[in-house]
Amino acid sequence: MINPQPQHLWLMIIALAATAYLFKMFGLIVLGSRQLPKVFDRCLGLIPAALLAALVAKDTFSIGQTLVIDARVAGFTVAVIAAWRRAPLIVVVVLAAGATALVRTL
Amino acid sequence: MKRFFAPLTDPIVRRVVVASLTLGGAVGVFGLSFGVASVSAGASVWQTCALSFFVFTGASQFSAMSVVGAGGSLVAAFGGAALLAARNFVYGLALSSSAKSMAGSLPRRIFAAHFVIDETTALALAQESPRLRKIAFWTTGIGLFTFWNLGTLIGALAGNAIDPQKLGLDIAFPAAFIVMLLPHLRTKLGRQAAVLGGALCLISISFLPIGIPILIASCAVLVGLRND
Repeated sequence: MINPQPQHLWLMIIALAATAYLFKMFGLIVLGSRQLPKVFDRCLGLIPAALLAALVAKDTFSIGQTLVIDARVAGFTVAVIAAWRRAPLIVVVVLAAGATALVRTL
Repeated sequence: MKRFFAPLTDPIVRRVVVASLTLGGAVGVFGLSFGVASVSAGASVWQTCALSFFVFTGASQFSAMSVVGAGGSLVAAFGGAALLAARNFVYGLALSSSAKSMAGSLPRRIFAAHFVIDETTALALAQESPRLRKIAFWTTGIGLFTFWNLGTLIGALAGNAIDPQKLGLDIAFPAAFIVMLLPHLRTKLGRQAAVLGGALCLISISFLPIGIPILIASCAVLVGLRND
């Protein structure tokens, strides 16, 4: 793992904090009660679906720029089942990590 | 203080407050996993805590550190996280008509804006009267903020002391993302965006720099252009 320089990571944290705040404050402070076009709302609302799925795909099936199938697939499968059964987040994470660790010891 | 606690004798108010604090406790445990995962991905304890304190929007924090941990550029890490934070903009819009009654004066609204996230919006908008909306927004906001940051700190300190690979903690990010993804799969458009987003990411991963495929995946939101 190549870690970024700490001061560069600090810059990203500051930029992200400012950006997140600007998004949050817009409705409460600037906009009052004006409305945006429906289609714009709908597309923005789909961002989590698209991005979270992409993050899951990346974190499960790749290392760097290489697609791989490894012990994480076991954790992924367990996480999907546990989340489907409405297990609380911490339980899902612990079960998935446990499954991945177990497969690694085999 | 007396003015603040007096309404707790009202059963409806008490129900709202209990719901907010229960949610806060659950979020604290979530913060714990963020703390562990973030230091495993290469952030210091201070940086991890600063993310929870100043960014204060879970999915973005997770996303940023997941890209950093994979060795992606900080610009790519920022891009994906900022896109995820954009939904708070929608929540701000949804809350905007109650902004006056919830937060009142401009300085108070500037303060309140930091708490505009998934949970506060959901709980505030679920209330019928402006008074309950105000109570729900503030108890959820302040409760969540407290638990989220405490959880992060404890997790970050614990994460420093363990070997993440050996414990399978590299799956912690995707496992958490799966839980966060699930409610978005209830609509047809949500499922389409998720499938397309995941596919775009996997297809582009081998030939684009780390982190960029996440940004490419955001094009999947264009399925929302169709009206159905």
